[in-house]
Amino acid sequence: MRKDGILASVRLGVNSLLLHKLRSGLTTLGVLFGTSSVIAMLAIGEGASYQAQQQIKELGSQNVILRSVKPPESPNQGSQRTRVLSYGLTREDADRIRESFPAVEEVVAGRLAAQELRYQDRVIAAPRILATSPEWQTISGRRIYHGRFLSDSDMQGAKNVCVISVDVARELFLFEEPIGKRVKLGADYFEVVGTIFPRLRFESDAPSAGEDTTREVFIPLTTSNQWFGDINVKMRAGSFDMEEVQLHELMIGVRHPEEVVGVANAARAMLSKFHDQKDYEVIVPLELLAQAEETKRIFNIVLGSIAGISLLVGGIGIMNVMLATVTERTREIGIRRALGANRSHIVSQFLVETVVLSVGGGALGVALGLVIPKVVEHYSDMPTLVTLSAPLLAFGISAGVGVLFGIYPAWRASHMDPVDALRHE
Amino acid sequence: MVEDVVASLESVRKIYRMGDQVVNAIDGVDFAFRRGEYWSIMGPSGSGKSTMLNVLGCLDRPSEGIYRLGGEDTGKMDDNALSELRSRRLGFIFQSYNLIPQLDVLDNIMVPLLYQSDPPPDGEARARELARRVGLADRLDHRPRELSGGQMQRVAIARALVNDPDLILADEATGNLDSQTSQEILDLFDELHQEGKTLIFVTHEDTVASRAERVISMADGRVKEVRDNRSGQVETYS
Repeated sequence: MRKDGILASVRLGVNSLLLHKLRSGLTTLGVLFGTSSVIAMLAIGEGASYQAQQQIKELGSQNVILRSVKPPESPNQGSQRTRVLSYGLTREDADRIRESFPAVEEVVAGRLAAQELRYQDRVIAAPRILATSPEWQTISGRRIYHGRFLSDSDMQGAKNVCVISVDVARELFLFEEPIGKRVKLGADYFEVVGTIFPRLRFESDAPSAGEDTTREVFIPLTTSNQWFGDINVKMRAGSFDMEEVQLHELMIGVRHPEEVVGVANAARAMLSKFHDQKDYEVIVPLELLAQAEETKRIFNIVLGSIAGISLLVGGIGIMNVMLATVTERTREIGIRRALGANRSHIVSQFLVETVVLSVGGGALGVALGLVIPKVVEHYSDMPTLVTLSAPLLAFGISAGVGVLFGIYPAWRASHMDPVDALRHE
Repeated sequence: MVEDVVASLESVRKIYRMGDQVVNAIDGVDFAFRRGEYWSIMGPSGSGKSTMLNVLGCLDRPSEGIYRLGGEDTGKMDDNALSELRSRRLGFIFQSYNLIPQLDVLDNIMVPLLYQSDPPPDGEARARELARRVGLADRLDHRPRELSGGQMQRVAIARALVNDPDLILADEATGNLDSQTSQEILDLFDELHQEGKTLIFVTHEDTVASRAERVISMADGRVKEVRDNRSGQVETYS
């Protein structure tokens, strides 16, 4: 035998396939698209679920978050030009939760203030100003970039200090060091004591007009109460909107993960008892995470079926072509049998050709499959994530399909009667 | 001179069933071929000469009787053992050359070695030498479609010799060639015979059959007559 055995038979297989370039090429296409679509779909699915899970984890899996929600407006209120709408979570809610739930470690209240932020001639019209207490940082798990977060003495003294997100720092201070500088928040000056990293934008937040989730400012809750009170004023064309909201957000830190759902249910029960309208929502990141995982599981099943079908179609294509090839080369099979080839020689000859087809298609498919997610990412905002397992899986399956669908044609070739095969025209 | 037996048939029958009809392609043949002999098998179509060649070439098994090749009973062998036997002990030459179209001359010559469980290390050198011998040393990388009929048959002869077989079987090997080329091929056979090779040649042409040492005439699946071309002696069987 010339050269190494396996290499030689692959070379022979490729030569035979090249006798029918178009046919071999078209067959390869079936596997190619099957493989690449599997990788692309997996990448898009992984990307979406990874992003969702990251966002949920950012909220803290051991937390329960209560938020004030503006209730649906009743018609008689809508006719007033100027009014004060009072809704949302109250300080009593916070106290009740703190006192009556033993599983709760910490309750951190937050209030949003609507003010503009100014430094020298630079202005941020509507930053997200959250008035809260020092514990907020620990419970949210957010990391400080420079300086420090709000402190207990800031709270007690109701000091005019603030922590700004790195985005705000970049926008207002450009290349200056922000810490120690004074910014103007509404009518008052606040000293910047720290900068904080942003959290990923949470798509289901559906930011309302002008609200910003990366341009954040944190001030002590006590300071906010002192300067801004409970009423926020929003100016709209022709009217003022005044809202009285005591607290926009209550973040509940639970001691043990297994108590999270219980605390969430208790909080729901308690709130529904004390609020006569649904002006709050309860967000349980742990439940969201479970939902996201379930969604991912269903997605994977659907994807798996689609992938299976597309590769099945590719496999049938290969089998079809190989059956035609076997018939066409009946005489060659007869010659080889007469010259000493046994059945397994014939089987391996045709299997090598099938595997060359499917592995070739699979390899090109992997290459294309790695490009598609990049293209998708470039032209749409969908995030994609190619895990190492996706190309390996797709390639492995395509090679396996080749072998599986190659067995029957190869078996048929090997079981031809040598005398009949030699007589074949 | 000891004439040892290469291939022997003992009461061999080959029966085909086609629906209700039973065809006795070989109807009880006892015969022995010895080393170094040059035989020709003649007969009209349907006389059983092709079936005879298939049985001799281990491509077909007898329905009854024993066929021994090199002393081994082929009836007891499975498909793999028969295949190995073909790749080691037999050389085939066909009417329509039967080269593999996608292989070049050198690879075509080496095909029988491909299937030996223990191929000789000097296989490629042997193939090159045989190609030179049949006059195709400068065509080693040509494909069969680039060759003439005579050249293709020379490749097939080289292929039949590459495994140094005990028995060379040829089926109408000159049937597709013009008379000039046929003579050249038959001269090559004479050379092989002089070198001591055992040849069995199926043909329906008298001129071709007369080149062999001995001629078997078959009819209706039986051996009817054996003629010795050198002595002119004729044995007739009933």
